[in-house]
Amino acid sequence: MLKANMRKFAVCFLASAALGSGTLSYADSGEKILADRCVECHELTSPGPASLADLWAQKGPNFSYAGNKYKQEWIEDWLLKPTRIRPAGMFYGNHIKPGEAEDVIDASTLATHPSLQPDEAKAVASALMSYKAKSELLKPGAYKPGKISLSSGEMLFIKFRGCSSCHLIEPGYGGVSGPEVYTAAKRLQEDYMVSFMQDPQAWSPFSFMPKRHLKDKDLQKFVHYFRALAEEDFQ
Amino acid sequence: MMVLPKSLGTIAIGLAALLSVLSFSAQAAERGEDLYKNYCWQCHGMNADGMGVNIPDMSVQPRDHTDTKKMKARTDEELYKAIKDGGQAIDKSILMPAWGEVLSEEDIQNLVRYLRELCRC
Repeated sequence: MLKANMRKFAVCFLASAALGSGTLSYADSGEKILADRCVECHELTSPGPASLADLWAQKGPNFSYAGNKYKQEWIEDWLLKPTRIRPAGMFYGNHIKPGEAEDVIDASTLATHPSLQPDEAKAVASALMSYKAKSELLKPGAYKPGKISLSSGEMLFIKFRGCSSCHLIEPGYGGVSGPEVYTAAKRLQEDYMVSFMQDPQAWSPFSFMPKRHLKDKDLQKFVHYFRALAEEDFQ
Repeated sequence: MMVLPKSLGTIAIGLAALLSVLSFSAQAAERGEDLYKNYCWQCHGMNADGMGVNIPDMSVQPRDHTDTKKMKARTDEELYKAIKDGGQAIDKSILMPAWGEVLSEEDIQNLVRYLRELCRC
């Protein structure tokens, strides 16, 4: 027992000595990766596009409020094996072309996201959590955990509100101009989802998601639904 | 000698006013086109024919804005109302959302004018 404690102490001592002697902490090395490799496509400081043209030029999500938006463990996992979340890219208008019937996604215009090594992914996820712009829009505890059946959720999401016009509710079903929602609860903090649905343009100026007058009861149900969808674990 | 410069001056002022009106309406038309691309293409399509990238799983086909006959049957007020308050406000589909909280009055007017260009009506 004493030996084990001694060993723990030695490990801690060596770790702090390493940090003190110039080894970067996870968050610090994450900052370096963000500055070196991510900033070309992700805005880190400005809170959002200032015009439609700026919105159309965005190559990746704005990270100035990443710490208020994403779940850290999801970022870490996703960076190891990135997948496409917005089927038609950041601004769908840049990635569609007329098809034989309706407009179709022009896959040749979509870029793939580079993957990171495990230690890099951990570092970036850790660093992003300190990006907290727009905190004033969040009400901590706004989401109160609860449940809804998938069928009731679908009724609300598809039939009553028409949200599936723009969002996939499972792979291959729904619209493609917005991000898929079947992974939303894996990716996003619940209080953020409540706040974003209340006022999309406050988070993302010029967003092409409509601002509805959603009652708190419905906002809660939407997040229950996204959580239920996430449990389905569609791949 | 005094009359000529005066009438020239009037013409110059008139021309300047006309140019500014033309440039204003050109800007408004461009704004309408940009707004349409950002908010409307997703369902109404990049050719404005109701064939947007989102439509395969939609239960109601979005309006074809190039359909002169059907668009002519709608007044500017109805188009304005549909954009501002959504499809339900003019007894059409809930799939057309209300944009009144996102767009300014001026931008909705710009969109109505742009729709009139698209339908040539």
